[in-house]
Amino acid sequence: MLAVRVIPCLDVARGRVVKGTRFVDLVDEGDPPELAERYAREGADEIVFLDIDAAPEGRGTLLDIVERTARRAFVPLTVGGGVRTVSEMRDVLRAGADKVSLNTAAVATPDLVRRCARRFGSQAVVVAIDARRLPDPDGEDGAVPPSWEVVVKGGREATPLDAVTWSERVVELGAGELLVTSIDRDGTQSGFDTELLRAIADRVPVPLVASGGASGPADFVAAVTAGGASAVLAASIFHRRQHSIAAVKAAMAAAGIPVRPVPEDAP
Amino acid sequence: MTRIAVVDYGAGNLVSIDQGLRIAGATAVLARRPADLSRVDGVIVPGVGAAGPAMERLAARGLVEPIRAWIGADRPFLGICLGMQLLFDGSDEDGAATLGILPGRVERLADAPRLPHIGWNAVRRTRDHPLFAGIAPAALFYFVHSYAPRPSGPGARSVTLAETDHGATFVSAVARGAAAGLQFHPERSGPDGLRLLANFVAIAGGG
Repeated sequence: MLAVRVIPCLDVARGRVVKGTRFVDLVDEGDPPELAERYAREGADEIVFLDIDAAPEGRGTLLDIVERTARRAFVPLTVGGGVRTVSEMRDVLRAGADKVSLNTAAVATPDLVRRCARRFGSQAVVVAIDARRLPDPDGEDGAVPPSWEVVVKGGREATPLDAVTWSERVVELGAGELLVTSIDRDGTQSGFDTELLRAIADRVPVPLVASGGASGPADFVAAVTAGGASAVLAASIFHRRQHSIAAVKAAMAAAGIPVRPVPEDAP
Repeated sequence: MTRIAVVDYGAGNLVSIDQGLRIAGATAVLARRPADLSRVDGVIVPGVGAAGPAMERLAARGLVEPIRAWIGADRPFLGICLGMQLLFDGSDEDGAATLGILPGRVERLADAPRLPHIGWNAVRRTRDHPLFAGIAPAALFYFVHSYAPRPSGPGARSVTLAETDHGATFVSAVARGAAAGLQFHPERSGPDGLRLLANFVAIAGGG
C-alpha cells in the first residue's frame, strides 16, 4: 500500500535555508544539502526546495545546491522557484531534481505546464498553488461554502483565479501533482486548512501535497484524514526540532495511515 | 574497477544514479553514442516520461541496436522506470513501439486511487534474485509513474520478479537472464536502493 509521504520543505534564498512568517521576516536556518541529508537520515520521504528569491543571477547557485543535495540525500527531490521555461526545467532535472514545481510562471503562462508535461512527463511536473481564503460575502461564517483565490509572488499579489478551478485546469494541462499552500496558515503553526485541501482533493485525480500551518503531529493526521492529502509538508517545526519526522509518522501510523518506517538508527 | 554505462538520452536526473554507482565502488560512464557501450561491464537505461520520445532520442543517437545486441548477448542490463518499460513490445501511453525484448505491453495502472502513483510502496518479490540480495522481502521503494508493464505469453510468470499494489496489483520488477527491469527508482530509495545498485555492480563485475 502506498505510504503517505512526510516532506520537509527547505525555503532557499541566496544559497541558504530560510524561514519566515508569511514569506517575510526571514531567519537563516542552515545549509541546504546538509539539512536535506539530515532529514533523509531521519526518515523524510522526499525533500522540497523552494528557491524563494529566484533571482536570475542566483540560478547557478541553485543548480549547484540541487546537485550537491542529490549526491548526499538518496530520496526524491522536488525543486521550485523561478522556473519559467522548458529549458530551465531541463537544467534543474539534469542537476539532480526528480520533479519541478511551477507556480507564478504557470499562472502567467498556463501553457508552460502542458509543454513541460509533454517534454518530461506529468510525473515530473508539480504545480504549486498558493491559496488565500476569501471573506464570506455575507459576513456569516459557514453561510456559504468557503472559496479561495490564487495568489502569486510569494503571496504578495492576488489573481482573479479560484483555487479549485485553477487546480482542475492545471491537471488538465498535465500537472502530475499539486502542492497546495494555505497562505493564511503558512508560518503561523495554526494547522493545515483542511477545507481547502478537501475542496481540491475531491476535484482532481492526482496526488495532493498539503502545506502551510503545521504545528504538530495531529495536524498531519488531519491533512490526510479530513483533507485527503497524499503527502504532508512542513518547514519550521522540523527545522526548529519542535517535532521529529519519527514523531509525525508515529502519530500517523497510530491513526491508521500507512507510512514508511523511519530508519532504525534515526535520531 | 567495474564500469557501468548509464545511457544518457536527453531528459532526467542522472546525478543520483552516478552517485549511487560511485558509492558502490563502480565507475559510471555516461553513454551518448554506441562507442560508449564498449569496455563497460554493465548497462543501465534510466528514464522518465513517455516511451515515444525516448525511443526517438535513443534512435537519433544510434543506441537502439547496440542496446538490443547487449541484451541479446545476455550481458548485465538494468532498466529503471521508463528504461524497464522500453524492454517490452509497446506502450499504451502513446502507442509507441519499444524494444520488444520481453513479451507484453505497458498499460495504465488499473483501479488506482490516484495517478500518477507517486511515493514509497512495498515491492513484494515473487522469486529470489541476486539483485535483491540482503534486502527485506517487502521493502519499500520510491515510485513515480502511471504505467507499468504487463508481461504476457507462456513465460510471463517466469519474467516477473516482484509485484506492488496500487489499486490493482502490477509488476514492479522483471528479470530474464542477465537483464532486469525495475519500475521504481533505486537511486531515490535510500539505503535499500543503494544496496540494490551495489548488487547490480557486483553482478556486472562477476561477483
